[in-house]
Amino acid sequence: MNDSTHDASSRALSNLDLETPEKPYLDSNELIINMGPQHPATHGVLRVILKLDGEKVLGTECVIGYLHRGVEKIAENRTYTMFNPYVDRMDYVAAVSNGLGYCEAVEKLMNVEAPARAKYIRVILTELNRIASHQLWLGTHALDIGAMTPLFYTFRDREEILKIFEKYCGARLTTHAFRIGGCQYETYAGFEKEVKNFLTFVAPKIDEYEELLTTNRIWIERTKNVGVISAADAIALGVTGPVLRASGVKWDLRKAQPYAAYSEFNFDIPTGTNGDTYDRYLVRMAEMRQSLRIIEQAVNRIPEGPIMAKVPKIIKPPVGEIYHSIEAPKGELGYFIVSDGSTQPYRLRVRPPSFVNLQALDTMVRGLLVADVVAVIGTIDIVLGEVDR
Amino acid sequence: MAEEAKPPVPPPPPEGEKKPAAEERAAPASAEPAKPAEPAKPAAPAKPAGPVPVPWTSPLVEKYRGQYGSGLDAQTYLGQNYFAVDRSLIPDILRLLRDEEQFDYCVDITAVHYPQREKQFDVVWIIYSFPRNERVRVKTQIADGASIPSSVSIWATANWLEREVYDMFGIQFDGHPDLKRILLPDGWKGHPLRKDYGILQQDNEWVQINLGIESGQ
Repeated sequence: MNDSTHDASSRALSNLDLETPEKPYLDSNELIINMGPQHPATHGVLRVILKLDGEKVLGTECVIGYLHRGVEKIAENRTYTMFNPYVDRMDYVAAVSNGLGYCEAVEKLMNVEAPARAKYIRVILTELNRIASHQLWLGTHALDIGAMTPLFYTFRDREEILKIFEKYCGARLTTHAFRIGGCQYETYAGFEKEVKNFLTFVAPKIDEYEELLTTNRIWIERTKNVGVISAADAIALGVTGPVLRASGVKWDLRKAQPYAAYSEFNFDIPTGTNGDTYDRYLVRMAEMRQSLRIIEQAVNRIPEGPIMAKVPKIIKPPVGEIYHSIEAPKGELGYFIVSDGSTQPYRLRVRPPSFVNLQALDTMVRGLLVADVVAVIGTIDIVLGEVDR
Repeated sequence: MAEEAKPPVPPPPPEGEKKPAAEERAAPASAEPAKPAEPAKPAAPAKPAGPVPVPWTSPLVEKYRGQYGSGLDAQTYLGQNYFAVDRSLIPDILRLLRDEEQFDYCVDITAVHYPQREKQFDVVWIIYSFPRNERVRVKTQIADGASIPSSVSIWATANWLEREVYDMFGIQFDGHPDLKRILLPDGWKGHPLRKDYGILQQDNEWVQINLGIESGQ
């Protein structure tokens, strides 16, 4: 054994012709490296295999599934009611949106409609959750790029939203706020006042985030023209949410196919023009302000009345299938449910926005530098719990 | 959904073709109610009659019914439209829907397993049109082990979606550029969303070799 290694090394040495090297000292071949699965900037356990030419990205491949828990299989083995809390664990920073989509899908399958008051409560909480989700995105995204300060600002302010959630339903993150047919909990005493206080509290804070970043030269250098995706590519890749809107497609399910009570509120759909990281940042900032507008209108005219529709204790939707989707903070979140008339879904498919949007990563990072990959992963705003389900 | 607001669709085919089409629609509705009544688990007792699918009529449907006849069944359930399409027509129909009817966004591709059926799988495409603001589902039945043409060349987003269907159901997509598992590890055996795959079941061999533990449970 010793002999053979010695032989091999001496042979290798003898082959080295120092006068005319066969290969240059620094190998200029393509380099394949792993980013993740344990990497602070991948927002979970995402592994990206990068094919590099020096610092330049030639191509990527995402390896996902590290957080796969088989949510769709679990659904087939739980009753409709029992499965409700599970959906919170997919996109855990926007648990309220997940719950809204699921409850509305099952309601649609059962052909019932939540009462008006429940719809308003749902809108308020969902929009609060959208702001919380965008705040968390902004803090971590800025941290990835090297701006540490926004994280503390956004987490400080997000706390106020979580406090409202906690007071409303006892949980801060995986809220399980809604039930099939409406809401379980009536709003607590002082709910409206606290939400209004939050609105006046957070509006100047959003300006504060923008003061930190929007005209910050480092921020602009790191985000402008980085991770550009054209509208045509975005549509072909099925990208939705703020990423699609930043590419200039004015499409939001809350307007296109209104659900809950969204048709009753005035709000705009912010869009970008370049489809780059900077535009996606601006779109999300504008979306937070639009959410404030929606909440303000909703909280000022919450109708009185019941919060639960008449649904049986044991939920047995009739035989059939339904697809229902909502505009989650990350994009189109859809539920495709097949019922066989029993108490458990025969098949439940989640159409996760993060999963589909992540597929566009490759298109967005080709030709950029490694450091930009971090910025682009951040700007897509993925939650691996939802990608892997 | 946006059916009323759709004037610019070409007129239906000539009368001669339209007539048999209308008859066909009436016939399959009774003779082939496979879609709505199909699962019928033995455990389920008689339930109150829910809403039933009704034939979906629109210029779009008339146009394609004239073209494809009995291979195409169009229904509406709870306001949602779907095509039940013969497997052989799948690539044509999907491509036509995108190219001619502007269904430019493939929302989702998924499958449903019905082990007691001869053709065990429903493959479902959920597609959406931005210009029409309309969503439809296209579904087809295929047998276990049969393959289906990939739609990656029609919608790029189908790449990962088809990989997930393959991973979870073992359905092969012909012409897919890189059909391999996506959520489960590469060496895994079995396809978990098949009905014969138990909720506690897993690939114990894989777990023992790769994780070095007796069982993942």
